[in-house]
Amino acid sequence: MDLEELREKAKEALNKPAKYGPDLDISRFPPPPKPRSPQDILGQSSHLLASVGIDPTGKSGSGTYIQVDEEPVELKTNIEGVRVLTLSGAIEEGIVDDYFWRAIPVDEDKYTAAAELFGNHEGYVIIAEKGAKIEKPIYTCFLMSTPGSIQAPHNIIIVEEGAELHTITGCLTMMEAPGLHAGISEYYIKRGGKLTYTMIHEWSEHTHVRPRTSVIVEEGGQYASYYINLTPTASLQTDPKVYLMGEGAKTYLSSVVVSKGNSLMDIGGTAYLKARNTSAEIVSKSITKDEAEVITRSLISAEASGSKGHIECDGLLLSKSSRILTLPALDAKVDDVQLSHEAAVGRLDEDQIYYLRTKGFSEKEAVDMLIKGFMKVKVEGLPKPLVRQIEAAMEMAAVGL
Amino acid sequence: MLRIRDLWVEVEGRDILKGINLDVSEGEIIALLGPNGSGKSSLMHTLMGNPKYKVVKGKIEFMNVDITKLPTDERAKLGMGIAMQIPPKLKGIKLRDLIREISKRYGTEFNFVMELASRIEAAHLLERDLYDGFSGGEMKKTEILLLAAQRPKFSLLDEPDSGIDLQTLPILGRAISDVLNKSNDGAYKKGAGIVVTHTGQILKYLKSISRGYIIIDGEIKCFGDPYAILEDIERLGFNNCINRISVVR
Repeated sequence: MDLEELREKAKEALNKPAKYGPDLDISRFPPPPKPRSPQDILGQSSHLLASVGIDPTGKSGSGTYIQVDEEPVELKTNIEGVRVLTLSGAIEEGIVDDYFWRAIPVDEDKYTAAAELFGNHEGYVIIAEKGAKIEKPIYTCFLMSTPGSIQAPHNIIIVEEGAELHTITGCLTMMEAPGLHAGISEYYIKRGGKLTYTMIHEWSEHTHVRPRTSVIVEEGGQYASYYINLTPTASLQTDPKVYLMGEGAKTYLSSVVVSKGNSLMDIGGTAYLKARNTSAEIVSKSITKDEAEVITRSLISAEASGSKGHIECDGLLLSKSSRILTLPALDAKVDDVQLSHEAAVGRLDEDQIYYLRTKGFSEKEAVDMLIKGFMKVKVEGLPKPLVRQIEAAMEMAAVGL
Repeated sequence: MLRIRDLWVEVEGRDILKGINLDVSEGEIIALLGPNGSGKSSLMHTLMGNPKYKVVKGKIEFMNVDITKLPTDERAKLGMGIAMQIPPKLKGIKLRDLIREISKRYGTEFNFVMELASRIEAAHLLERDLYDGFSGGEMKKTEILLLAAQRPKFSLLDEPDSGIDLQTLPILGRAISDVLNKSNDGAYKKGAGIVVTHTGQILKYLKSISRGYIIIDGEIKCFGDPYAILEDIERLGFNNCINRISVVR
């Protein structure tokens, strides 16, 4: 499809509301002007980067991509076997024709349309070459600095056959003013490839967030995602979709969100098991405080024999007037599949608190331990630095609860 | 060391302990026996300060401090500890981590607990989240391990023998003896405590139980030599045996 055609389709979808989440008038969020000194902005915010898991020096990783508003600011790779490019650069080189808007329709909703029309075709493209095992993470970071504007990057990751890649994406805002972040992520994992994707969000109570993510996994490939949201967010709606297209492909999707203030977070996760012996696990952990609201939607659709899926939704309410709604869904389209789900929502159990207090922990210590325990997700098999980042993010999330 | 005077306790408006009087001296371990639902566990949790158990009358003193209104963690800091009959599931809290944290607080050598873990065949539990899918026996072992990390001056052992197979019982019994004999204070080298038992099996492995008490319907009905009481219970049942032994006034 040529770019002109995509533009036309996008224009037609510019008023098309998303299936879920509060509908936004995107004309309220015009594209930002080119930042005058993005390097300075980056310099001022280096302490913030660390809080979303990003090493500002980039030295501990295999590569870095940093974008301020719609402007790529930093782009580098430290090792062979992996390329980090800007999307505009990759389009120019002609290497993403088979990947650009191939996993997500450009006219899915107004946010995909906005990304195509207002995103300047910026965002990252990361390619792990065939057989390359990239152990250290690639850091990618999106920083919003212009009040009232949209940030709509379009990202593509390609993990070639047998390659292994870990990325950490940190998204944050520097402003205490309204903004809209609508990031497109299309990830492709080829035969036997592995991708671990960790995303840490740190928005403000004025930011609206509408990420659109789709992942296509071929035979024997694996996709694991860790999503962590640490701070109040005006509204967040996302429903990443993973298509397991090849035999034996696997996915693990986890989300840990702390919703405070008046935040509304609507977080989905969908896995389509389209080939034999594929498997998916979706785990969501939500903590609410104040007047916040969390909706978790999970769907596993089993369409091929021998496939397995499990959904786990846990919700912890730390205030009387917050709300957690969990909607796990299982869809079996053939008979020899195993699908299950478990869900538990409520406040902290008095018996658990008492138990820890019998060991000498104060009430506050006991509550902290239980909250941290609640937020734990499976990290087996991940490289140590990544585990440390995830754990550090959880520690941060637990502060002030 | 522990002095309980005319203790009345209610849960959800119902009287469950009715005027308990009990004394336990330094270095002394007593056994508490009684049928299901008689108030044994309630007494343990009341002593430990579980907020569900409301003390409506009476007094609990521990080492000459009135602890009747003291929060649970303060009691633990004073040197009281409990091994629960049915501990709650603690998702995301790994046994090894909790042992480490407790050991640090009470100055217990981590290796002492680890060594005990392998002795009671519980080492395979260390990396697991507490009580998540544990069998009855695994729960009991874990409770003893955590108590070993705390090394209380005063231990409340709530049915440490229920659900334990006969092969494990002697191993666990010895471990409990060890824990009771290595309390966390120079002045109280030998720990004191109360052992609640339904079947009495564990008493065979704890040599130094000085007295046994029978509690029925929230009241202590009688006391005496614990081993003799056990024999009587086995022969006559709880209700008949109380007539044969010294009846509490």
